[in-house]
Amino acid sequence: MTATRPDTTGHFQSHYIPNTTDEQADMLAALGIVSIDQLFMDIPEEYRNPTLELPAPLSELEIQRELGGMAAKNRPLSSGPSFLGAGSYDHFIPSIIKPLITRGEFITAYTPYQAEASQGTLQVIYEFQTLICNLYGMEVANAGMYDGATSLAEAVLMACRVTKREKVALVDTVSPAYSAVIHTYCQSQDIAVETVSPSNVVLNDETACLVLQYPNYFGNIEDMQNLIDMAHAQGALAVVSTDPTAMGMFQTPGHYGADIVTGDGQPLGIPSSFGGPFVGLFATKQEYIRQMPSRLSGRTVDKNGKTGYVLTLQTREQHIRRERATSNICTNEALYALASTIYLAAMGKHGLRQVAELCYHKAHYAAAKIGELPGYSLPIEGPFFQEFVVQCPSTPSDINKKLMEQNILGGLDVSEQVPNGMLLCVTEMSSQDDINALVAALSEFK
Amino acid sequence: MPGRVGTVLPGLDVPAQPLPNRALLRDDLPLPEVSEPEVVQYFTGLSQLNFSIDTHFYPLGSCTMKYNPKVNDEIAFLPGFAGIHPMQPTEQSQGALELLYKLQGFLGEITGLPAVGLSTLAGAHGELGGMLMIRAHHLANGDKGRTTVAIPDSAHGTNPASAAMAGFDVVELASDKDGNVDLEALREVAGPNLAGVMITLPSTLGLFDTNIVEVCRIVHEAGGLVYGDGANMNALLGRVKLGDLGFDVVHLNLHKTFSTPHGGGGPGAGPVCTSNQLAQYLAAPVITETGGEYQLSTPEKSIGKLSGFHGNFGVLVRAYTYIRTLGDAGILSISGNAVLNANYMMKALRGIYHLPYDRTCMHEAVFSADLQKERGSGGLEIAKRLLDYGFHAPTMYFPLIVHEALMIEPTESETKETIDLFIQALIDIDREVTENSELVNNAPHTTPVARLDEARAARQPDLRWQPEAAD
Repeated sequence: MTATRPDTTGHFQSHYIPNTTDEQADMLAALGIVSIDQLFMDIPEEYRNPTLELPAPLSELEIQRELGGMAAKNRPLSSGPSFLGAGSYDHFIPSIIKPLITRGEFITAYTPYQAEASQGTLQVIYEFQTLICNLYGMEVANAGMYDGATSLAEAVLMACRVTKREKVALVDTVSPAYSAVIHTYCQSQDIAVETVSPSNVVLNDETACLVLQYPNYFGNIEDMQNLIDMAHAQGALAVVSTDPTAMGMFQTPGHYGADIVTGDGQPLGIPSSFGGPFVGLFATKQEYIRQMPSRLSGRTVDKNGKTGYVLTLQTREQHIRRERATSNICTNEALYALASTIYLAAMGKHGLRQVAELCYHKAHYAAAKIGELPGYSLPIEGPFFQEFVVQCPSTPSDINKKLMEQNILGGLDVSEQVPNGMLLCVTEMSSQDDINALVAALSEFK
Repeated sequence: MPGRVGTVLPGLDVPAQPLPNRALLRDDLPLPEVSEPEVVQYFTGLSQLNFSIDTHFYPLGSCTMKYNPKVNDEIAFLPGFAGIHPMQPTEQSQGALELLYKLQGFLGEITGLPAVGLSTLAGAHGELGGMLMIRAHHLANGDKGRTTVAIPDSAHGTNPASAAMAGFDVVELASDKDGNVDLEALREVAGPNLAGVMITLPSTLGLFDTNIVEVCRIVHEAGGLVYGDGANMNALLGRVKLGDLGFDVVHLNLHKTFSTPHGGGGPGAGPVCTSNQLAQYLAAPVITETGGEYQLSTPEKSIGKLSGFHGNFGVLVRAYTYIRTLGDAGILSISGNAVLNANYMMKALRGIYHLPYDRTCMHEAVFSADLQKERGSGGLEIAKRLLDYGFHAPTMYFPLIVHEALMIEPTESETKETIDLFIQALIDIDREVTENSELVNNAPHTTPVARLDEARAARQPDLRWQPEAAD
């Protein structure tokens, strides 16, 4: 049972596939045939059994060596001071999350369609929906979307369904990546997406929604109440992509009257993992529930009166409604909704506030220090959370190369939006020494 | 319990900074106050309420619930993979990009469609991307009238939903008596309005469509394109390449065929494979290589970005690891054993459960519980009764064109002993239907909860815990 290469007869016994040649022979005999190839006779002969140019099988030991070598060519955030954010954030992840989410009962279960055999997953989704509502100050949240970008794009489509309007006002301080995904989702839907500046928002009675990011792409807190009121004055919905970590201290979008709140759950206990898998957060008001995309878990009772959970309001979804569904989404990111649920439970009331405050104070400390350096300035005024733009004395990409020589991962080059602008992110993961090292390294450019 | 904490964080090591205007800050943060042991016990307890591949045979048709190798998880969690930032300079992520580049090559070789994009995050997401590519292709040819997509009546619901999201009108294609696409029905819609068809191969009936080459020919002659839903690729690995048959765009479900864990409903990954001709439309980014350096690139006429970053990288790492572990010989062994197991099971149950399409199946077999329904227990009751035998239920009432459908997919990773026990359970339940249908109709009896009141859940939606609603 240890062979990892095909034997001379071409037979390969994989450790993932139990059937031996003897067992195969028994099963073939039961079918009255002599070879597995006979099961594939429906494939037209000229196309059957093509050449397959793949590498030979590897043992687990060889796999660990090969993949370990590939992993070693990348620079992990943990290997030195890192100040890159822009939609993927380096936060502390409690050690309980990995062993819990990799329990076979969670990670190897399917979507909980068979409720009696999936109460664990269904109750987790219900807890997740509850926590996301509490975090955002909203009435109803779904079981999650793919990521923050697709969540926001689906919110835009939903706003168009709710208002029966086809114009979208997208504020230019929304992440360029998120904006790009909104454009892709809208291109085939006859929805016109117009980019507006938050300081000069002009809406009319054809506007379906105003799309905001909170804090915005550059880390700043917009005048949320004013912007959301402007949307409502035209009968448009306010759609707000919101960083969940900021909710540890900042006012909720629900408080300002937001109609649909989305976000990326990555900061809630999910590793950056080169950009995925993350989990999209999606919450709205009760009145819009039937226009929501994605799954919902609801609490009910069994026939003996015992509390249990089921997937509910499924007539919104593709497997029932087909081309008239609210979305095509099926598989989402349930395992990472679980990770976020565990994170929020472990952090709790006090922990999440502490995380947010650590990020806030460290980022403001760093911004103040860098702002004092000759040649540097903070070009954007107003309150911010954990990210801020600095205007550098030379091109950010050159500065980042120099920083990397000292093993410091600098900020994102945003010189397309702000001349010589670098978007820096400081979280609880950076110590004062890390920040001081960044400031010292930056001071070498004048 | 007020005052309990689940995590201790470091103190502030920089001078405290001025806070913003109070009005910007929230007062209340309604989150739990629990200690770490409580969190671990709570979620461990919840996990134990689930059936899973690791604990139960899970023959859920069309879902390919095969064994999920643990080494794949271990590799995906390596700091050099899990701990890298998507926007870090590409010189700092060459190993990750190399892996993605090689995975593109493997998936291109397996499908016979060499241009591959990995950024789509689930099967349905890949469908949306693929259908937007078909739309872009027709528009680039000035072919604005191609607004219709034809989809077989046996298709997954995601197919029509994705086509609609991509802006198409959907027409349904009938299946013929053998479960193939009805060629007459196809010819009727194959005209100047046809943008394309979406075909699942093998179909959701578990059958290889023996008309497939003709289907592709008719669609191409009418100027349309053929989209392939690769949800059932487990049956065909190494046996046939979809590109050779005439498919133009195909998505794969890495969380089915390529063993990445389904996680209770994701994450998945839905890479899109296409011909060199349509490569220019792939969603951004794709990974390219020049002189041994790997880059993130945007194809010339890309439909745009469909996800925030580069795809579900952690899932892609697992699929790469799986393909490298199995290699060429192992890939063939997957499809061979998956199809053998399904046919062995189908043969053993033939005559006891009705087979609406009685021919060699692929990786799954679709039965009808019509014979049992006549005696008082339908597909739902039989599926629920299987839970009492310790088996996850098959997919029920799908595909929609089979009455009382029970769609059973054993996969290649189960033993013959388990499959024999499962066959015996279905034979026993058939006898129970005759002898004691109440026992079957009130099942399950052994799960954490009994049959749940779904009507109440939908009528009075209770979707989050609220203090006033607490029991």
